[in-house]
Amino acid sequence: MAGVIALTGNPNTGKTTLFNALTGSTQKIGNWPGVTVERKEGRLKYDMEDIQVVDLPGIYSLGVSSVDEQIAAEFLLNEKPGLTVVVADASNIERSLYLVVQLLEMGQNAVVALNMNDLATSKGITIDIQSLENLLGVPVISTVAKSKKGIEDLKARVIETLGTSKRKDLLVPYGDRVQPFLKKIEGSLPEDELANYGLTPSLAAIKIAERDPIVWNIIKDSDVYNRISKIVEEADLHLEKELGYDLQTAIIERRWGYIAGLTAEVVNRDLNIKQRLTISDRIDTVVTHRLLGLPLFLAVTWLIFKLTYLLGDPASDWLDSLAGKLGDFAGAAMASAGLPSIFSSFVVNGVIGGVGSVLVFFPYIFLLFAFIAVLEDSGYMSRGAFVMDRIMHFLGLHGKSFIPMLVGFGCNVPAIMGTRILERPRDRMITMMVLPFMSCSARLPVFVLFSAAFFPGHASTVLFSMYAIGIATAVVSAKVLGSTIFKGESSQLVMELPPYHFPTLRGVLKEAWNRGSLFLKKAGTFIFLAVILVWILGNLPMGVEYASRESLIGRIGSIIAPLFAPAGFGFWEAGVALFFGFIAKEIVVGSFGTIFGVGEAGIETVLPTLFTPLSAYAFMIMTLLYVPCVAVIAAVKRETNSWKWPLFMVLYTTATAWLLSVAVYQIGSLMGL
Amino acid sequence: MGNSCSIANSLLSEVEKGKQVQVVKVTGQDGLKRRVLDMGIVPGTLLTVQRKAPLNDPVSVWFRGYELSLRKSEAESVVVKPVGSSACSSCKARCF
Repeated sequence: MAGVIALTGNPNTGKTTLFNALTGSTQKIGNWPGVTVERKEGRLKYDMEDIQVVDLPGIYSLGVSSVDEQIAAEFLLNEKPGLTVVVADASNIERSLYLVVQLLEMGQNAVVALNMNDLATSKGITIDIQSLENLLGVPVISTVAKSKKGIEDLKARVIETLGTSKRKDLLVPYGDRVQPFLKKIEGSLPEDELANYGLTPSLAAIKIAERDPIVWNIIKDSDVYNRISKIVEEADLHLEKELGYDLQTAIIERRWGYIAGLTAEVVNRDLNIKQRLTISDRIDTVVTHRLLGLPLFLAVTWLIFKLTYLLGDPASDWLDSLAGKLGDFAGAAMASAGLPSIFSSFVVNGVIGGVGSVLVFFPYIFLLFAFIAVLEDSGYMSRGAFVMDRIMHFLGLHGKSFIPMLVGFGCNVPAIMGTRILERPRDRMITMMVLPFMSCSARLPVFVLFSAAFFPGHASTVLFSMYAIGIATAVVSAKVLGSTIFKGESSQLVMELPPYHFPTLRGVLKEAWNRGSLFLKKAGTFIFLAVILVWILGNLPMGVEYASRESLIGRIGSIIAPLFAPAGFGFWEAGVALFFGFIAKEIVVGSFGTIFGVGEAGIETVLPTLFTPLSAYAFMIMTLLYVPCVAVIAAVKRETNSWKWPLFMVLYTTATAWLLSVAVYQIGSLMGL
Repeated sequence: MGNSCSIANSLLSEVEKGKQVQVVKVTGQDGLKRRVLDMGIVPGTLLTVQRKAPLNDPVSVWFRGYELSLRKSEAESVVVKPVGSSACSSCKARCF
């Protein structure tokens, strides 16, 4: 794929900004096959050239110790891009050079974008770009992606370098102690097999020595496997005695040693300017303070929660009423045109209602991601994770899980999408799977109505118990999932605390818009179809009263009703209400009104004809925990890029809900309640 | 020399806030060990314990011009010794 170029670099180095600057508005967002990591690509246009750019995940190394690193390493090995642009942070050059050196060792054709040179200068760091170019043997271009400085220069050098022939591989001096073992491994390797992957024996030997899982996997079934394992074992023993650590450590230690040497040669530090960012340091003294840090983070998260819904509610209501008005207008128009009422109901309640039920989520997703972008770009997100991690890890989650979990109390949909801030698949999946147990605001009307109808005088206690049961179920589930399905996959914190930056308005809005429109595009269709399906179930066969016992949905309600008998609500009305709840949980309440034809106001009086206080409580638990609404399922489908996880979620939540409501009803009955 | 180094060795998780130490070795299971090494915590590296969260978990260390946070359990995989301990001259020779 000589026409393709890859973009990579450490996180927090302005890689995304640089990608935006290089590709403008030509971006497409998809997924890497088989994983939840997002894949972005765009087109770089310069002069007459038009080249595809693939944005690899932000990584520190090609060491394959995370999914992101695996994606990047496999892309470079399998797709063989014609050139890789590596973003290096000028203000943190030593750490950035590690990835650069790894890429050059691999023989990748590369251009280094030395980004944030302005920040480096303000820290008193000057980098001799010419001598860095000479030492690395590839072009190095100074850029400031934020203000688009150096971008045209970078494009020109990329085009120029893309055409040139392959340069010589960079050779890291691994030293007299390690080199003999590398030679030995090199001599035993199956050259042909490795050549398929574009690996030279000398590079493969280094990768074997540093225990690279991809290369070990290539030789796994080869007859040299045992011989090579022996050499590595022997090297480990020998080096352990000589240096006090194994071959892998020795390789990586030497590579860092080489980089330290490079850095010393090209970097000039003005010792009059304090190297440590004192402002960042001062902020951190407060925000990671032993006593203040936690309450401060809770306050910030609470503020985000409040603002998301405070600003989102009116916007969402406005969109909802817009859809309502459009529906009224269309209904009136169709009535005056003499169209049959079933047809106009389909258009008004099915189609327009479906579009409306997708659009209402947009403001929340937009706002939440704007706030998340501010937290991430500024650097505060990792401080939040730092102070929260101890508690969240104890609960089987990750420090960063806290934000989506809290947002879940408002609406699970933006919360599911917010799990994107978690890098490790394990942390992300567990958070996503237990999130629906956080009682979202759509469930509140159900609880309010039921607790007012059945528990007058104790309504607030009952309401509180719902939230508590939801949180407890989430915590227990996180523990259970962590030690079963996700057992063996590690959760890691190892996380950079980057210096604080001012986020740019442009970057924040772009991220918010991307997330919102992605939701509309990817999850919208599914939600829309589900709304139409439920409309069909409620109105067919032709001529039945909407949602009556004779309608399809009524029949489904009758069929599933016996399943709920052990929980005390084995009647078709409850079945129908729960089925409707799949569209949005607040509908559960309204559907009782529809079924009895009493409207919203009469619900409180009809409910006691169906439920006892005990079965009502069991029904509330069912509503709290069972299948999250269709929009959540669509969001999980979109985020995991598979049907497996949304299906698992449906089954897991429903099974949990059923078990708990049955347990409550049965135990309650035994106690004579 | 391995032995003479180990006299004053401790784990990074035990080091007090504000203290500077030198890495002796990184242990731990494969993925974590590789990650820690790749981030630049290798034998000889000087680490300053910068911050500790409540309950001393996680901790953050300053080295190579940046700050990294680790869970206490992750910091337990880094064996360190006091800076400039005379017992280990050859370790010192490799740091910069």
